[in-house]
Amino acid sequence: MNKLLLPALLAAVLAACSSTPPAGDGAPVEGRTADTGAKVTTVTTGSVDATGLPRELTDGKSILSKRVVYFDYDKYDIKDEYKDLVAAHAKFLTGNRQFKVLVQGNTDERGSREYNLSLGQKRADAVKRNLMLLGAKEEQIESVSLGKEKPADDGHDEAAWAKNRRAQILYKGPTGNGEF
Amino acid sequence: MKKLLCTLALCGSLGAACFSPVHAQLSIEIAGVGANRVPVAVADFAGETASGRALTSVIRGDLANSGLFRLIEIGPGLNESGPGNFADLKAKGADALAAGSLTDAGGGRMEARYRLFDVNKQVSLSGLARVTTAAQLRAAGHQIADDVYEKLTGVRGVFATRIAYVTRAPGRYALQIADSDGQNAVAALVSPEPIISPTWSPDGSRIAYVSFEQKKPVIYVHSLATGRRTVIANFKGSNSAPAWSPDGRKLAVVLTKDGNSQIYTVNPDGSSLQRLSNSSGIDTEPRFSADGAFIYFTSDRGGSPQIYRMGANGGEVQRISFEGSYNVTPRPSPDGKSLAYITRREGSFQLVLMDLASKQVQVLTDSRKDESPSFAPNGSMILIATEIGGRGVLAAVSPDGRIKQRLSVSSGDVREPAWGPFLQ
Repeated sequence: MNKLLLPALLAAVLAACSSTPPAGDGAPVEGRTADTGAKVTTVTTGSVDATGLPRELTDGKSILSKRVVYFDYDKYDIKDEYKDLVAAHAKFLTGNRQFKVLVQGNTDERGSREYNLSLGQKRADAVKRNLMLLGAKEEQIESVSLGKEKPADDGHDEAAWAKNRRAQILYKGPTGNGEF
Repeated sequence: MKKLLCTLALCGSLGAACFSPVHAQLSIEIAGVGANRVPVAVADFAGETASGRALTSVIRGDLANSGLFRLIEIGPGLNESGPGNFADLKAKGADALAAGSLTDAGGGRMEARYRLFDVNKQVSLSGLARVTTAAQLRAAGHQIADDVYEKLTGVRGVFATRIAYVTRAPGRYALQIADSDGQNAVAALVSPEPIISPTWSPDGSRIAYVSFEQKKPVIYVHSLATGRRTVIANFKGSNSAPAWSPDGRKLAVVLTKDGNSQIYTVNPDGSSLQRLSNSSGIDTEPRFSADGAFIYFTSDRGGSPQIYRMGANGGEVQRISFEGSYNVTPRPSPDGKSLAYITRREGSFQLVLMDLASKQVQVLTDSRKDESPSFAPNGSMILIATEIGGRGVLAAVSPDGRIKQRLSVSSGDVREPAWGPFLQ
């Protein structure tokens, strides 16, 4: 099996590195028949390449490099301590209309994956609403949820959960370059 | 930078392919059995080489793991023409005998023949012949085991079905398709980002799932044979929780394009989007009832997540769960009589089964992190994801809670199981 897959895997990875963007469609790979002629073909996806954003968004000394807002348990409103951070991003988006953000909401690990996806959306939506109240335009912002799928901390205690109940802001520049 | 990343990715993939099995194989372990197991003898198939009794071992494994049969040891020398006399089998306590043979059919093909006998009545109950190949021998074994199961229990077997699940290793998620016993796993999708909520089309040819490869949840329909993928929902916001209608002509999905998570239906090619639910809260995790008349779903419209149902085209909503403050992930049984879902009790998430007529609820597990229940197509078992020793594993439990199986891989997490339909 490994022998069969290896060249295929290699081809798929190489394909992802070619000039075509590694979008959803990887090179289909012939798998083996599992039973009664029911064949399964392997697809390998690519990932996003994050480069080329202005320094003020990435420089550790700039408030705009801070992209994470944390939430309390079962809460979906932005705490006072994160109001300045959100305001700074709103100001940047207002002054740079050609920039876009993806706001990803997250939850802790407890409970159903899909229900958590819906709860994470509420956190992303809260950030989006605040950015818009402070001048950013709706077409600059997409709020989405990663639910409990991308924890910042893999631990299983309250300290880890607190780090995971968050929304994070990703930027994309005018030429489509960026973090999403 | 891009070059470096690609070189790293190449090494990573090669490393994984070279030093660890690409397809982490699931192994099955039985932890509880039925109250009255049928004593059955499965003879060594004549003509099978002693070193690789693939056929015989698949049939024995299937029957033993189902928890419904007690295997009776029997000596060699039998085939599908049965024993000269049944006295020996009777003395050993066997109620039934499965015996058969494997012969060379030429051109690399083999013929598997089998017959099932009632030991007490000394008559043949059933028989099958399958032309097969070495690669398909396990499949033939599952079909024979299904025949034994059906003739002795009166219920259609599910050994020849497939299951889907997601494995997670650091930085690598894979949607695996395997036989019902966890063997022959093949990855349908490999991605650096999470994959959740796989569900089988009713004909078993396609799987709908949510992939995060675009940094957000997007719903795909994936043809297993060709690997062709269709984005069926990538609206602004999150797209998740796909569920096929029983006729395979549409899917219920959850979108946030109009605000909070709400339920819509869409065709498998992404056309004909229609909004079904209309609440100010969260509506998610839709599932059609087996007859296609209702959609069960999770909603927090009453303050806490509870299970509701509405007509398959929307309309009047009825609350189904009342006990407790967290009831999620409804899965109606294939016979339409019961509903499996996850409840929170004292901080633990456990699988429960509700009898829809009496509204009686039975807790089926004592684990702490149950998720994503999935009925076998004959309703005999419910497959779930749970956690043992900090690792994600799959487990299966019968609706009466007696029969328990565990399926785990040697390393990494397994989650998001989905039991496929009967093979057509």
